[in-house]
Amino acid sequence: MRHKNTPCRPLVLALAACGLLAAAGVQAQEKAKIGLITDMSGLYADVEGKNGVIAIQMAIDDFGGKVLGQPVELVSADHQNKADIAASKAREWIDTQGVTMVFGGTNSGTALAAAKVAQEKKRVYFNNGAGTSALTNEQCSPYTVHYAYDTVALAKGTGSAVVQRGGKSWFFLTADYAFGHALEADTTAVVKAKGGTVVGSVRHPLSASDFSSFLLQAQNSKAQILGLANAGGDTINSIKAAREFGINKTMKTAGLLVFLSDIHSLGLKNTEGLLHTTSWYWDRNDASRQFAQRFFAKTKRMPTDVQAADYSATTTYLKAVQAAKTTDADKVMGQLKSMKIDDFFGKGYIRQDGSFIHDMYLVEAKSPAESQKPWDYLKVIATLPGEEIFTTKAETKCATWK
Amino acid sequence: MTLSLPALLSQLLLGLVNGSFYAMLSLGLAVIFGLLGVINFAHGALFMMGALFAWMGATYWNIEYWVMLIVAPLLVGAFGILIERLLLRRIYRLDPLYGLLLTLGLTLLIEGAFRSVYGVSGLGYDPPELLDGATSVGFMMLPNYRAWVVVVSLAVCLGTWFLIEKTRLGATLRAGTENPRLVEAFGINVPLMVMLTYGFGVALAAFAGVLAAPVIQVTPLMGQNLIIVVFAVVVIGGMGSILGSVLTGLGLGVIEGLTKVFYPEASSTVVFLIMVVVLLVRPAGLFGKEA
Amino acid sequence: MKKLAPVCYALLLVALVAAPFMGAYPVFVMKLMCFALFAAAFNLLLGYTGLLSFGHAAFFGGSAYAAGYLMKALGATPEIGLLAGTAAGALLGLVFGLLAIRRQGIYFAMITLALAQMVFFVALQVPFTGGEDGLQGVPRGKLFGLLDLSDDRTMYYVALVVVVAAFALIVRTVHSPFGQVLKGIKENEARAISLGYDTARFKLLAFVLSAALSGLAGALKTLVLGFATLSDVHWTASGGVILMTLVGGMGTLSGPIVGSAVVVMLENKLGEIGSGIASLTGVQWFGTLGESVTMVTGLIFVVCVLAFRRGVMGEVQAFVVRRRTPAAPAAVAPAHPTAAAATGSR
Repeated sequence: MRHKNTPCRPLVLALAACGLLAAAGVQAQEKAKIGLITDMSGLYADVEGKNGVIAIQMAIDDFGGKVLGQPVELVSADHQNKADIAASKAREWIDTQGVTMVFGGTNSGTALAAAKVAQEKKRVYFNNGAGTSALTNEQCSPYTVHYAYDTVALAKGTGSAVVQRGGKSWFFLTADYAFGHALEADTTAVVKAKGGTVVGSVRHPLSASDFSSFLLQAQNSKAQILGLANAGGDTINSIKAAREFGINKTMKTAGLLVFLSDIHSLGLKNTEGLLHTTSWYWDRNDASRQFAQRFFAKTKRMPTDVQAADYSATTTYLKAVQAAKTTDADKVMGQLKSMKIDDFFGKGYIRQDGSFIHDMYLVEAKSPAESQKPWDYLKVIATLPGEEIFTTKAETKCATWK
Repeated sequence: MTLSLPALLSQLLLGLVNGSFYAMLSLGLAVIFGLLGVINFAHGALFMMGALFAWMGATYWNIEYWVMLIVAPLLVGAFGILIERLLLRRIYRLDPLYGLLLTLGLTLLIEGAFRSVYGVSGLGYDPPELLDGATSVGFMMLPNYRAWVVVVSLAVCLGTWFLIEKTRLGATLRAGTENPRLVEAFGINVPLMVMLTYGFGVALAAFAGVLAAPVIQVTPLMGQNLIIVVFAVVVIGGMGSILGSVLTGLGLGVIEGLTKVFYPEASSTVVFLIMVVVLLVRPAGLFGKEA
Repeated sequence: MKKLAPVCYALLLVALVAAPFMGAYPVFVMKLMCFALFAAAFNLLLGYTGLLSFGHAAFFGGSAYAAGYLMKALGATPEIGLLAGTAAGALLGLVFGLLAIRRQGIYFAMITLALAQMVFFVALQVPFTGGEDGLQGVPRGKLFGLLDLSDDRTMYYVALVVVVAAFALIVRTVHSPFGQVLKGIKENEARAISLGYDTARFKLLAFVLSAALSGLAGALKTLVLGFATLSDVHWTASGGVILMTLVGGMGTLSGPIVGSAVVVMLENKLGEIGSGIASLTGVQWFGTLGESVTMVTGLIFVVCVLAFRRGVMGEVQAFVVRRRTPAAPAAVAPAHPTAAAATGSR
């Protein structure tokens, strides 16, 4: 029998569809989705890379896999150390995939680019691994959280320690992009403030293939200290080349940013005595060791401080979302800046300018004889209090925190 | 930037080392273009293969440097012969620009394949123990390995030049490309000769790769920036001239070293400036013959 | 054939106009359009004048930086940025052209490469470009001071208008007497000279026009995506546009559109395509295809040069011609890359 209610049926269906869509829309907004963009195949791949994804997933799983009743999703991409890829990916993820937190990784150029996109689109932006202090100074944003460390902390930590131990004249070997410039500038300020001098500097392209000509310039400068304002693969190659040309006999090397993966790659015989600043070391206490063993079981490598920070930052974000009862960026940021953080990675709080204020550590690479077990590379020389080691209010260039 | 004699001399010496690589690579390119008419853009990728094979040999099977110095060029040379037989042979009758495009595609293919396995970060390769350490030359400590590179490169370049310009085999090769029909009429298998020549040119690139492995970072992209510089060298030297490429390669390395003393950032661009000037003033290149 | 082409273009235009409403990501389609324009401008030089330039990235990237700087640091409105980009491209094209036109074939290509490398060097050193970090955060601004472009949809339609207008200019140029002379130069320059044409001037004009439109594409890209980086001036970008034109079909008007779509889709969507094939065939290796963009690009390059020199649209045209004239012998693949499609110019 034909029913004459056909005109009404489409209308009812349409209304029902709208209702469902609306409900789905509201729900979709409250689904936490984290997008990690980092260097997965280049010179920083061992610092964070694919194992960073594993660390974040561990945090999500430990948190229960869900927040606000929805499963937490994780997507990741390789920015290949190109700022345009990072910015495009961040934009695409926010526009089409509903990413609520953009997680930036290594490479400061990409970090600044992605942070800008996150600011424009009003999404939470965390960064571990990129050093540039500009993220919380000149280019600070209400949506940026710079979690693990920054170039100011590295400069104050390593810079002062080296000058205090007698390294008064410096020559910088700088990676020619945002990170290297920031690290050189911040360390220069610290060295000069402590009474040292900067004899000169030379800039090398990111991922340079041959450091010999740059190192020769360093040697000819007759400075006491060779300051390596670079990281990852570049640091490893600089140190190797310095040995090859016998430069380590006339100059002392100061690694301004050194990761556990670098020490592992070079070996203790090449890095013995290398003084540097780090935000976390796996063998420092029991809680850290526990996390490290779990990570090792999954990846066969001990975590670097960046990977540990990835875990901690993820847990912190999920806690904030839960407390704020929404994924809306403004509310979550408000929550993040008012909560106390205390886990195996660090204890402290997130400041108005976006820096996570926590203690850093001055460490020294052991000699091969001192190392008792695999990955037993560092000894902690000093703890550097968070309130002193990061940019102070007097020094800050962040417009929204004055 | 203080200009002291030690600084100048040390950069020049380093430049000579780089120049040796340029010379060896442009030698292979010149041989291939001079005798085959093919602009082998894949030269950089094949150079990389040589270095990567050396690394793989050391890492997976503990094969030492001296063995790989022979084995890698043979392997890559064989691969080159395969390329010539299957791909290049089909495009000889076409405009040389197609050869450029085909080998450009090959470059992407080879680099992409290795890149997807090994990423782009450097794979460490140590120099052989015999050549480890450095010797003082007064103004700097010269790593022994780099001295070895200069010596070997010069020897190989001179040997190849001699082979091609002064021996009967070389004469046959040159005749074969100028007039294949006539040479075939003499009973010489020209296609086979062409194939082996390409293989030889490619083997030279791979040899340079093994030499480079302890010096430059071994990465799948190591040939990329080198290839356009080597192109420039060949063009400046004269596209078919073997002596031209060798001398230009060495000279350019030295000029780059000099630039590094005064204006380091420009060191990678100075070659292109020279190329434009040469192309405008002497289009056939410094040692080339007018087409 | 004469009726088919306008219909196809009309359909394409309708599809583009409707795209944002059909769920397409406007930023991605805009990126496609920018590269289609870049390839079409490049093809004007390669397919219609017969000159293979290996340095077109200098125009694309150089203008990207110029426009970006004007819009970000000096607060210029978008239309000024686009005009400035076009002018920058034209100026660079004039300089390059004056130097390069004197040489032929491989030497011409090498000079353009060398000059482009010098532009790369300048881009790397000059402070305003940001070096490795790139020029980030270029604002969308207000078109003519009135129309706010920060909304993706608004930006999309403005970009569509610009690209369609530029493409129409290319079509007009190709079909004009000027375009005919260019084709004549490509086929046989000696004959064109003997007919009294100052071929150097014509080649230079074509070069400048091609460079200017490449500059427009670069400036538009900067406006849309908000940044200009070293990738835009790197020689691999020059290689990329050659590939787009080769794959699409040199010497055809629609070829660059098809070619650029293929290459850009490949770079961005290979991962998804790979996963799709993986789930279809059950072969897991396809899932890793996303990491092998370079490899697949190289494979396409090789296949095109060996077997497919006319490119997609070239083959399509040849197919249509063959169908209409069954008695005619099958068209022979061109021996010269710049004599790709002697017939038709769609």
